[in-house]
Amino acid sequence: MSATRRAHLALADGTLFEGEAFGAEGASTGEVVFTTGMTGYQEVLTDPSYTGQIVTMTAPQIGNTGINQEDDEAVGCRPQVAGFVVRDASPIASNWRSKETLNAYLARHGVVAIGGVDTRRLTRIIRDRGAQNGAIGTEPPDVLVDRARRAPSMEGLDLAARVTPQAPYDFTEGSGEWNVLPAPKGGDRPRVVAMDFGAKRNIFRCLVESGFNVTAVPATTSAKDILARSPDGIFLSSGPGDPAAVTYAIATIRELLGKKPIFGICLGHQLLSLALGGRTYKLKFGHRGLNQPVKDLTTGRVEITTQNHGFVVDIDSLAGRARSTHVHLNDGTSEGLEAPEARAFSVQYHPEAAAGPHDALYLFERFRQMIGS
Amino acid sequence: MPRRDDIEKILLIGSGPIVIGQACEFDYSGTQGAKALTGLGYDVVLVNSNPATIMTDPELVRRTYVEPIEVATLTAIIERERPDALLPTLGGQTALNAAIALHESGVLSKHGVRLIGAQIDAIRKAEDRQLFKEAMDRAGLECPRSRHAGSVAEARDFAELTGYPVILRPSFTMGGSGGGIVRDAAELEAKVAWAIAQSPTRQVLVEESVVGWKEYELEVIRDKNDNFIVVCTIENIDPMGVHTGDSITVAPAMTLTDREYQRLRDAARAVMHEIGVETGGSNVQFAVDPKTGRMLVIEMNPRVSRSSALASKATGYPIAKIAAKLAVGLTLDELENDITGTSAAFEPTIDYVVVKWPRFAFEKFPGSDGRLGTQMKSVGEAMSIGRTFCEALQKAARSLETGKAGLTSLVGIVDYRALLEDPTAARDLVHDAPPMARPRASAPPPADELSAFLERVVTQPTADRLFHVADAIRQGISLERLHALTAIDPWFLEQLGRIVAHERAIHQAPELDARLLLESKRLGFSDVQIARLRGLTEGDVREARSARGVHAVYGRVDTCAAEFVARTPYLYSTWETESEAEVSDRKKVVILGGGPNRIGQGIEFDYCCCHAVFALRELGLETVMVNCNPETVSTDYDTSDRLYFEPLTLEDVLGICREEAQRGELLGVIVQFGGQTPLKLAVPLERAGIRLLGTTADAIDRAEDRERFDALLSKLKLERPRAGIAKGAPEAKRIAADIGYPVLVRPSYVLGGRAMMICWDEAELDAYVELAIEAAREEGGSQTLLIDQFLKNAIEVDVDCVADGRRAVIGGVMQHIEAAGIHSGDSTSVLPPFSLAPSVVAEIEHSTRALALELGVVGLMNVQFAVKDGKVYVLEVNPRASRTVPFVSKSTGRPLAKIAAKVMVGETLDALGVKDEPVPTHVAVKESVFPFAKFPGVDTILGPEMRSTGEVMGISVSLPLAFGKSMAASGYSLPDHGRAFISVQDDDKPAACDVARRLRNLGFSIVATGGTAQELENARIPVERINKVLDGSPHVVDAIEAGTIQVVVNTTQGAKAIRDSYSIRRTTLLANIPYFTTLSAARAAVDAMEVRFVAGRNISAVRSLQEWHQRSRRATSG
Repeated sequence: MSATRRAHLALADGTLFEGEAFGAEGASTGEVVFTTGMTGYQEVLTDPSYTGQIVTMTAPQIGNTGINQEDDEAVGCRPQVAGFVVRDASPIASNWRSKETLNAYLARHGVVAIGGVDTRRLTRIIRDRGAQNGAIGTEPPDVLVDRARRAPSMEGLDLAARVTPQAPYDFTEGSGEWNVLPAPKGGDRPRVVAMDFGAKRNIFRCLVESGFNVTAVPATTSAKDILARSPDGIFLSSGPGDPAAVTYAIATIRELLGKKPIFGICLGHQLLSLALGGRTYKLKFGHRGLNQPVKDLTTGRVEITTQNHGFVVDIDSLAGRARSTHVHLNDGTSEGLEAPEARAFSVQYHPEAAAGPHDALYLFERFRQMIGS
Repeated sequence: MPRRDDIEKILLIGSGPIVIGQACEFDYSGTQGAKALTGLGYDVVLVNSNPATIMTDPELVRRTYVEPIEVATLTAIIERERPDALLPTLGGQTALNAAIALHESGVLSKHGVRLIGAQIDAIRKAEDRQLFKEAMDRAGLECPRSRHAGSVAEARDFAELTGYPVILRPSFTMGGSGGGIVRDAAELEAKVAWAIAQSPTRQVLVEESVVGWKEYELEVIRDKNDNFIVVCTIENIDPMGVHTGDSITVAPAMTLTDREYQRLRDAARAVMHEIGVETGGSNVQFAVDPKTGRMLVIEMNPRVSRSSALASKATGYPIAKIAAKLAVGLTLDELENDITGTSAAFEPTIDYVVVKWPRFAFEKFPGSDGRLGTQMKSVGEAMSIGRTFCEALQKAARSLETGKAGLTSLVGIVDYRALLEDPTAARDLVHDAPPMARPRASAPPPADELSAFLERVVTQPTADRLFHVADAIRQGISLERLHALTAIDPWFLEQLGRIVAHERAIHQAPELDARLLLESKRLGFSDVQIARLRGLTEGDVREARSARGVHAVYGRVDTCAAEFVARTPYLYSTWETESEAEVSDRKKVVILGGGPNRIGQGIEFDYCCCHAVFALRELGLETVMVNCNPETVSTDYDTSDRLYFEPLTLEDVLGICREEAQRGELLGVIVQFGGQTPLKLAVPLERAGIRLLGTTADAIDRAEDRERFDALLSKLKLERPRAGIAKGAPEAKRIAADIGYPVLVRPSYVLGGRAMMICWDEAELDAYVELAIEAAREEGGSQTLLIDQFLKNAIEVDVDCVADGRRAVIGGVMQHIEAAGIHSGDSTSVLPPFSLAPSVVAEIEHSTRALALELGVVGLMNVQFAVKDGKVYVLEVNPRASRTVPFVSKSTGRPLAKIAAKVMVGETLDALGVKDEPVPTHVAVKESVFPFAKFPGVDTILGPEMRSTGEVMGISVSLPLAFGKSMAASGYSLPDHGRAFISVQDDDKPAACDVARRLRNLGFSIVATGGTAQELENARIPVERINKVLDGSPHVVDAIEAGTIQVVVNTTQGAKAIRDSYSIRRTTLLANIPYFTTLSAARAAVDAMEVRFVAGRNISAVRSLQEWHQRSRRATSG
């Protein structure tokens, strides 16, 4: 980042932001979203749920701790975002675990990024006008605006298809020295088959640490094939895009209902809801951050949670079929449900954190208990 | 879950006087707590001995006790008020210690008072190092290895086991009092002994050193349902080894990945759980090994703290207010975030960087050690907000008001040789004035020599270390090398490197175009810095910016990084593309605050600023507050209508005025409530076209410019001590000889009597002159010296008045107990005067009115008089809010600052119904509190240079009773038997006989040295002779150390006598026994002891401020 290259971020509505290019050369388009986490940019960059999105960090000093080998969230260990927007990118990396600078990492993986942007104004625009498409690059501003306008809308996009694995695989990696889950009781290791819509690695790590043998399968895997693996439980992973567009997976889940205990996270929560006959809709600018308050309606306690979703479940549409278990304290939207007859439960937020607080790790234990009972 | 209904009345304990380690932050937390609890319908009874607080405003709660915070008094209050509960977590260490003492005395259980906020077990576990360590073991968390030592031998055993250095942490002290780093065996004995002496339990924890590790603090909140949030993470730029209060800190943490941070968060939660903090805010400190990430828990405070005030200001999340509500049973999910209207059960996230920079006052404490360690030494702090670290850091640097416009170079200002030769060297103005090589504008050493100096200087944490690091970067020393020398994280060093590199860019650029200006601003460069780098004036740069449209915009502190709309206009300047100020179309007034606390400028001025806000709001005006001190009530977002958290410099204030003037009507700026800080801006602001409200800048100048002042006094036919102005040493000597010794010497334009001294002869004057000239230069003032006749044994009187240009009303007349010559901020004041003839008081009042009217004062004015042989002299006139305004207001019940603020916007005293009132039916005493215990080796004698950090008030029906209370409130209990040591200067000997006789009547035996003993014997008072220190052991210091002396009266005069008696005062301080360095104070103490002798030991006639005021009013109307 020695010689600065002027660059712009253009929004589809014509708003322009000036900054300096970093990361890879070129241009990039996607839905522009913001996340308010002050830590965890590496996890954000590698979270497959951000596929197709240009992500803005509201925290201004980004890249300080560089990139390390342990904190990638994508199973394939590469960045997933369509582009990256920050206020002030660190030219150096300072951390005992760091292997390279943010700039080198993004350049190596072809991710276009822009620094020096008034990210606060950008965030306020997204907040007030809703998420919209944008483009970043060193091209003239009008070209970028045009690119932004031509980018496809997120609604109706099946992005899970882009990030789901091509073939089943076993996931055996644990959290190592970072594990904070209690050691599972009993020596048996139940088998869980995870429908991988673009899961975060830490979800699988948490399942492993909770005593499961984890096999991930592509989103298109049929119910029959899943059941053929004789799982003790089925897990529905997080992932990107509009849940309503993933029709094939909704059909599969509907077939699986009641057959095996099911646990879903984020996109998995939305797909479970749709399979139960519910409805989802898009939030104005989504919940993205590490500080989102969720109330557990069973215990009355508040969890500070990691969230990253633009779509949300209309819990009223599930009346009689599922019970609301968790709500967002700020806007009252659905954060969790339980369908006792179907032996299924799911949460909209990310109990596996990474990045974020560990307040909701108990859900993995709850899944384990559900299978055991 | 509703609030608890089994409680109706809650006792809230404040933190007492401002001392190092406990400042305004507890007024902020106490005020928030009192408002929150009152708002929930509870009856709050409040105790705080500090009258300069907003929390002791009589309107805030129903019953306010300005009484000593000690068991006997608190017991009397509990017996009188019968509260259901005691909330001890908002009043710092003082309140926690008081709660423990009350618990142990059985008072709480006897009267069924429940502790809320924190239980005794939790307090003990958090405060007692051993219990804490055991608790951490149970929670599976690691602490540094350590052991408790009650003796030097025990400490030595441990140190030899782990190796040096080791850290000392005395139990149950605040601000790390008595703590420190022991670097080798040679240092061990003295430091351990000192540490043990500082601990009320005579115990010190000796701990493995983790000096150089990364240091973090988490500000957390827990409620009774075990809901837990982290409000803020704070990272110390200065690594472990420097007390966090003395460290430059940053929020949020800058150099941790999420995994590493979550490890701290999990640990903090486990700590809260294990310690058992049921509800409220706490602070947990961690050390992290930068090489491996190994994490250690260092300590936790089960209460709100200075850091939580900082965290509240940094994020907008009001920790104390929430903590108070949680203490009465509410839960986080039931509370709302005021700023966004969303739930309070969340973790604030910020999209800017906050830097806190501590403010030191070593120059006030000759002989003090300027090196920083685990014992806190700073007296205040400034906080700044910027969108980037560089911006915030440079803003913080200029907020400090230490003459630095940013991260500027000290080369040519600092004498590195002297610094290296003796890092403990500090100027010594009270006695000794040695020919020391002090920092002065010297030619910088050659580059290679300078680099070598800098490499050595940066290894030692000091107040200015970061400036030295920047200078080292300027000299080309690599960041790797600097990291090795300082252990400061490379990321921070890289940022300093950016600032230094940009200095070059500014200097070398062909022209100052818009892009360069904006880039500079975005790195935090002030106009002054840019001007210096370009050889321009500040005005030139301001004009250049204006011409190119480069202006600051204002962002909102919103707790949520813009995720939600913020309803509160809590603002900071930055250099982005959009302003969120949303200026109103109302009539508005800008009030400039006092900036960081320092000696001479503290909470009193914040009190005045808050009152200005309250008053103007009552008039329906919009109030716009500007301040950069995170400890204060004035920077609470709900104190004023609009809050700008900004440095108090010309550039920053003009930026705010520009923004605010865009809509509505900016009536003007108030500069007279915030002390010297805003006052210094009066003339420049007026020149820039900003209207000042109240007294004109010209009137201020008439009072401050010596020649104009003399003309003013002549015109009014008022007397002042003979005086002259000297430009250098020869002239000074000539003038002094004319006036006659002793003379009082000081540089013109100084704060808090800075560098002021009484010279008894020409030799002392000589030694002084050089130093004083340098002090004046550091303050940015001129190099002229003011030389005044010193009125020996005169009575000093302070008057506060309020005037509207037509009429002046006396707020209060205060007589000092100490004779003139002790700085008024350090002396003991009594309201009303206790020994002045009515005609003298009338003359003083008359003179005050004449001065106010002649100067055209609109607002407040303070005048200092000296009375000698019945004649009244004017010493000083300050046409602005003085340090005594809150004391006068609390004593009389009349809110002077509020009246003044209203007058300043055009109300008249007549319309407000303000008239002279009879003297109150009670006596109030203001006693000063000093930080000497924090500065090993420093002399405790008082002089014309102010050195107190805070004050307490005692109020009762007579002077002795009120004085006794003020003594107790300042931490000394007057003894009722034992041995009194008396050693006085010749002039005091007759009066000393009287004191000795009266002490003897009270049952004391008298001990004295040579001359004094002789004098007492002549007066036929039996006396035990004791050696002076110079006479050899066993001498008086031995006796004090042995604990066989219970009270000390020691007055001296002249440099040599002062030097000789130094060890007496220092030992007395360490022994924590009452000592009097003036005979008048000794007399007042004996008065108090006599009253107690008659009335019995346990007189605690407590009354609330509201009752005192009502009593006085009734007496007046009846």
